[in-house]
Amino acid sequence: MTTLTTSTGAQYARILGTGSHRGSRVVTNEEMCTMIDSTPEWIEQRTGIKERRWATKDETVLAMATDAGRQALERAGVNPEQVGAIIVASVSHHIPSPGLSDYLARELGCPSPATFDISAACAGFVYALTLAESLVRAGHAGANGFVLIVGVERLSDMTNIADRGTAFLFGDGAGAAVVRTSQTPAISPAVWGSTPENVKTIENQRWTDVPDGDTDFPVIQMDGHTVYKWALSEVADHAGEAIRAAGITPEQLDIFLPHQANDRITDAIVRHVHLPESVMVCRDIAEMGNTSSASIPIAMDAMLHDGRAHSGQTALIIGFGAGLVYAGQVIVLP
Amino acid sequence: MADNTASTAEILTKIAEIVNDVAGVPNEDVKPEKSFVDDLDIDSLSMVEIVYSLQEAFSIDIPDDDVKNLRTVQDAVDYIEKAQKTA
Repeated sequence: MTTLTTSTGAQYARILGTGSHRGSRVVTNEEMCTMIDSTPEWIEQRTGIKERRWATKDETVLAMATDAGRQALERAGVNPEQVGAIIVASVSHHIPSPGLSDYLARELGCPSPATFDISAACAGFVYALTLAESLVRAGHAGANGFVLIVGVERLSDMTNIADRGTAFLFGDGAGAAVVRTSQTPAISPAVWGSTPENVKTIENQRWTDVPDGDTDFPVIQMDGHTVYKWALSEVADHAGEAIRAAGITPEQLDIFLPHQANDRITDAIVRHVHLPESVMVCRDIAEMGNTSSASIPIAMDAMLHDGRAHSGQTALIIGFGAGLVYAGQVIVLP
Repeated sequence: MADNTASTAEILTKIAEIVNDVAGVPNEDVKPEKSFVDDLDIDSLSMVEIVYSLQEAFSIDIPDDDVKNLRTVQDAVDYIEKAQKTA
């Protein structure tokens, strides 16, 4: 009988360093209300958003991913040559092939990593982290065992400014993290999945349906009522499951960092999971808008930089969005 | 006769508790004649959460089509009482 060799990995993995790039054009609610029929107060009361960041023409998804990726590599003390795999989570890369991860590898000067993109909407970053952790633990992260993960979006391109339900929601940016082996547990089991019966609840138009001359990109279409109901019930349940799967109690959690979809959803999840007041809750949507797969890593990077979060603290991250998909886990911050 | 049917007073107390938790309205303001939207200033997002919480609290189902008829607190009390009887 022929016996194959199999890969040997590591027991644990962790995030080593983060980086981020926000779109540099600040669009306040006041400016938004010159484009849509609404009031700044209504937008803020409904979503928690005061302003959002849109990318300028030069801030392509590649440019933003490169900036965030470079920062994460520097902070983790990793050379581009050491990166064994790059995973990009995005719905904003509009070329079917090659993936954005390939262009990113070239920009960063990574000679030959395994590169692939994933499309998991607003759960994209947590999906990418779960994959990166799996690669490291299975021994598929290259000779040095470093994986770069990036969540990057230009949702302003895909916003239908005439849609009163979504026009004010979305933003642009990129967040990145380096994942590597760890001596101690730092990433808990992923609680992830989908509800395929809701596949049309949040859906981009098809390219072939984009009317000539009206928009350049397929716009996002969303049934907000169904999303809200799902988030406060099922996603909240999954958040509780993720805490239990990590083997900790809510009292042992330092930070709650949900996908920044809507501050009212964040509030509802905090209520339904009964998170104690000691848990720091991230509400960065106020200045970011909803940046889909980029929202968690951008907020994580910001919180580490401004001191709201510290190395070694535990954070529950949970992404949820189009699919409808969700993914949550508890991590130890770099 | 079901043992786990809540009384009218118990239903009202629970509604007040939920409305206070979700929308921050003081419990004592949640009176039967009050309209959720006009008197208690509850918006549609809070209504979604209140309805969900009521479903969980009373183990009943409240379809979306029925929610628009729950204009006042009394409407909600009546609905829950009726749902409990037929459950």
